[in-house]
Amino acid sequence: MDVKRVKDYLYWLYYQYQLVTCSYVLEPWEQSMFHTITVTVLAMVVYTAYVFVPIHVRLALEFFSQIFGPQAEGAVLN
Amino acid sequence: KNGVSNGTLYKKTFIEHFEQAPMYVAVFTFVGFAVGTIFGYLRDFMRAWGLEKRNIATEREQQKDFVPLYQDFENFYTRNLYLRIRDNWNRPICSVPGPQFDLMERVTDDYNWTFRFTGRTIKNVINMGSYNYLGFAETDVNALKTVTRELEKYGTGVCSTRQEMGTLDKHVELEKLVAKFLGVEDAMVFGMGFATNSMNIPALVGKGCLILSDELNHTSLVLGARLSGATIRIFKHNNMQSLEKLLRDAIIYGQPRTHRAWRKIIILVEGIYSMEGSIVRLPEIVSLKNKYKAYLYLDEAHSIGAVGATGRGVVEYFGMSPNDVDVLMGTFTKSFGAAGGYIAGKKGLVDFLRAHSHSAVYATSMCPAVAEQIIRAMKCLMGLDGTTQGKPPSFLPSFLPSLISAATRASLWVWVLLAQAKPHPAARKYCNGSVKEILLIVILIL
Repeated sequence: MDVKRVKDYLYWLYYQYQLVTCSYVLEPWEQSMFHTITVTVLAMVVYTAYVFVPIHVRLALEFFSQIFGPQAEGAVLN
Repeated sequence: KNGVSNGTLYKKTFIEHFEQAPMYVAVFTFVGFAVGTIFGYLRDFMRAWGLEKRNIATEREQQKDFVPLYQDFENFYTRNLYLRIRDNWNRPICSVPGPQFDLMERVTDDYNWTFRFTGRTIKNVINMGSYNYLGFAETDVNALKTVTRELEKYGTGVCSTRQEMGTLDKHVELEKLVAKFLGVEDAMVFGMGFATNSMNIPALVGKGCLILSDELNHTSLVLGARLSGATIRIFKHNNMQSLEKLLRDAIIYGQPRTHRAWRKIIILVEGIYSMEGSIVRLPEIVSLKNKYKAYLYLDEAHSIGAVGATGRGVVEYFGMSPNDVDVLMGTFTKSFGAAGGYIAGKKGLVDFLRAHSHSAVYATSMCPAVAEQIIRAMKCLMGLDGTTQGKPPSFLPSFLPSLISAATRASLWVWVLLAQAKPHPAARKYCNGSVKEILLIVILIL
């Protein structure tokens, strides 16, 4: 019973996606083409985020921390 | 969206609330249109290069050097976007449009290019969108006895225009009744509601006149205004500041090049706008018209019979007198379950229209059986047919709060609501003894 409810909910989500992007009115082969393109673009976006976002975030943090006071190794007087 | 309203002119508070769609709805609507347009270009490309069979209208080979007929955006939209969803509209029904009706089942095998009927009917579909506001479009034989009698007496066709030999005694009777119903001096009826607007506005205004028409006016008003040859200026929907600015500019600057005064300035509005559902701001428009000496043409197609305490339209809804409006126009298609339209007002205006209206000269007059249907509906609304079915109960909730104090108001509202929820034959009992009831209530409270 629970599996059926989950499947119904997933189908309802798919139906909402079809309505929102207007692919509900397309013919089946057009729908396949549209879904392929959408999934491909999304996959590329996810991959790019996975590869580049940590590097960008690390560099940005380093850049901004230099503004608030250079805490480089040679500046600490003892 | 509409301008700020002047609250001092209204007898009761008038608040209209139109909510705006949230931003994501608008964004996704545009995304959907973009998807449809891209796929539309793709399908057009495939059709042009022969990869797909052409089902649409195209020019012939010999015509390919002429100006193309089917390449503008309207045809693109119809071909690619409207066609995909057009199975939702124009579905034939096969019963009278009461609260429920029967629908013919229709399927498409090739994605809405062609339809075929399976032969079955879907019964008892709930009616959410017809014009049968008061339920006079019915098949009950007892109710339609007089209509059947007139149909057998006069036949179905008049076959003549009003000015030749098409004015029957039925038309005279109907016009007198319409004038009495609205509380004006005289009225004239026409065979078609759309034609009432498009054929009579050209008779009333011409070149050198100014028409100020609302943004969301119906096509019949727009067509009549364009056919008349007058200058048309549009004010924002129900926005009195926009209308006043246009009136002031018209009077200060006059006609475009010569700066002479306009011969006539006429304001075209509707009682209730069919697509928006908004009610016209009549007290403000009448005060503007009196201040700037313009004329008012009120199209009560949807509001006559449906709005107002006794169904007299927006004029009664706002508690004003019919003499405030110069030209009262309306149709019988909606609340009266018939066909046709009327124009009512002062006797001089209606006599002018009888002589000069394009519809009176060239169009066939109303069918007498249809006129009898309108007469029967109107008599029921006015209470002239002997029953109290059409009249509302005499104790209207709207005037009670002015009589009683706030503390007892709540309990009285509950009593009134319960009384109105009683079935129909019991309500007649309340109708007849209403004055005594009110006195009883007042005495009890005091």
